Amino acid sequence: MVEIRFHGRGGQGAVTSAEILALAVIEEGRYAQAFPAFGAERRGAPVLAFTRISDEPIKIRIGIYEPDIVIVLDPTLLRSVPVFSGLKENGIAVINSKKSPEELKAELNYDGNLVTVDATSIAMEELGVPITNVVMLGALLKAKPELAKMEYVEKFIAERFPKIAEKEVRAFRRAYEEARS
Amino acid sequence: MKMKEKPKWYELLPGAVIDEPGNSVFYKTGDWKTLKPVVDKTKCIKCGTCWIFCPEYAYEKDEYGYFNPNYDYCKGCGICAVECPARCIKMEREED
Amino acid sequence: MAKRRGIEVSIAIAEAAALAEVDVVSAYPITPQTHIVEHLAELVANGELNAEFITVESEHTAMSAALGASLAGARAFTSTSSQGLALMNEIVYIASSMRAPVVMALANRSLSAPISIWNDHSDVMNERDTGWISIFANNGQEAYDLTFMAFKIGEHPDVLLPVMINFDGFILTHVVEPIYMFDKEEVEGFLPPYHHPYVLDPERPVTHGPVGLPDIYTEAKKQQEEAIRNSRKVIDAVWKEFDERFGRRYNAVETYKADDAEVVLVTQGSVTEAAQVVVDEMRKQGRKWGVVEIRLWRPFPFEDLKKALCNGSIKCAVVLDRAISFGGPLGIVMSEVRAALYNLSDRPMVVGVTAGLGGRDIRFDEYVRMFELGEECLKEEKEPDRVIIVGLRE
Repeated sequence: MVEIRFHGRGGQGAVTSAEILALAVIEEGRYAQAFPAFGAERRGAPVLAFTRISDEPIKIRIGIYEPDIVIVLDPTLLRSVPVFSGLKENGIAVINSKKSPEELKAELNYDGNLVTVDATSIAMEELGVPITNVVMLGALLKAKPELAKMEYVEKFIAERFPKIAEKEVRAFRRAYEEARS
Repeated sequence: MKMKEKPKWYELLPGAVIDEPGNSVFYKTGDWKTLKPVVDKTKCIKCGTCWIFCPEYAYEKDEYGYFNPNYDYCKGCGICAVECPARCIKMEREED
Repeated sequence: MAKRRGIEVSIAIAEAAALAEVDVVSAYPITPQTHIVEHLAELVANGELNAEFITVESEHTAMSAALGASLAGARAFTSTSSQGLALMNEIVYIASSMRAPVVMALANRSLSAPISIWNDHSDVMNERDTGWISIFANNGQEAYDLTFMAFKIGEHPDVLLPVMINFDGFILTHVVEPIYMFDKEEVEGFLPPYHHPYVLDPERPVTHGPVGLPDIYTEAKKQQEEAIRNSRKVIDAVWKEFDERFGRRYNAVETYKADDAEVVLVTQGSVTEAAQVVVDEMRKQGRKWGVVEIRLWRPFPFEDLKKALCNGSIKCAVVLDRAISFGGPLGIVMSEVRAALYNLSDRPMVVGVTAGLGGRDIRFDEYVRMFELGEECLKEEKEPDRVIIVGLRE
């Protein structure tokens, strides 16, 4: 089982990315679960979303305290939220940042696996808004390609954003290409 | 319920539904009254005000157009006597 | 063929009501049930579901309108949670007493105060004695299946009782997971059209909800009690037919590795599967543990529970209550399990625990603690009077 924790801000679509990933996995015939941290949603407040992925039916339903992967949708969260909390020793952090993994590792005093992507720039260029949820999925798949099939992720991105499907898919692919580890 | 024996639990309909419309005719309330309305047909104008106001639907129209109280159901409340515009209804003692 | 798809459980539950082609949806939004009624409102507004969506000003009215619709011959559905159910309470009791087979999807949530929008079972336990058939779902698939089947159970001419399907708020409602969704052709003939034998009809007038004088009320209540007791036959038959047609089996009491277990955790709702994971893990260390779930809460499955718990192997049943009966033994389910086994000489010890109140996650080691509490009580040969709160700061 792979457990993924998304860190975002209310309105940035962390829950949507957790769901798109789960839908893509389920489409393959495997098992997945996506859910938000339960509470009152407030725009801008730090939020969490979770995805569990497994080859077996998933019976555990509590929050994810020791994730295999953390995804940070907004670089400003690094200052206020303990995003690495509980991250497994060989886990991966996928972070939206202009900086290279080396720079960020030094800055955060973190020496685990790290993937960075300048998701905000990609989102601004492709979508015109700093909404990085779909973009970050591209970086996630670069970091761990066996999680889900690109084509299925793209299918559900298109389903979720029918009016801007092409742009979202292009942003997703760019992040996959531009992610650095 | 024709005032027969009280039903056993398995004889009741689901939710104690009553499926016999108008079965209150089996429940005669006429013996509740101390005073009974008596209509003076020489003054009656056949307006039907008594029939409208009677809370027990006890007034019945006869073949000549007069309204007569059915003493099987009239409880003797006297509303008809108060409302009658022709003042033709008098409440009289039941025992007289 | 049923299509396996990833879907939010709330949406699946709404789709189950739509699959049953409900005539009337009467509901008021409340967290965490909101997505269910939002989706039904959308289906009605888009013309995908030919139903009347009654927007009401409170849950009290939601239940009242559903009751009236049901007695007027409409298949009626409502859904609520927590305070909403508490506000409905008056009519919840009346709906079962008037034998209106309304179906309610109940997203289980704690009751205020302090204000909590999160999951536990205090809302359903508060309605325990209202005369509804009450069933627990453990996951999204079960919530979908059981909601669909609820109409067939409640509307059966031998039953005519409202049915409440319980599923944990947020923990189930807000999760996207794989669910096999039926298409209409596939369920063809499973759910017969709804007919109430004493429907409100001007052509054939009947009186619903008459006064019950002291010489009638007792008989009316005895009849209602008999009706819910007898509903068990229909519940079993519907679950059997569902299994035969669609291959998923539901039982009044579900057991997991209980045959050779020494200690079992007695559960309801989504904690059941989590407890199964704990059992699997701890069996690797030689701990003989199992899980027994009381899926059917009302009518209470006395015989099934006795059979499951008095299997010659189980020495201690630890009952996990997700609500509190203040000033009593605390544990509502625990008390009922004890009462059900009271006159049996070979009954296991019954120990009560409570956890997961107001949305607090129950962690792996806390489940382990519950089983171990059972083992400790066995060793000390002492059955505690009251439930032990697990995960309490003290």
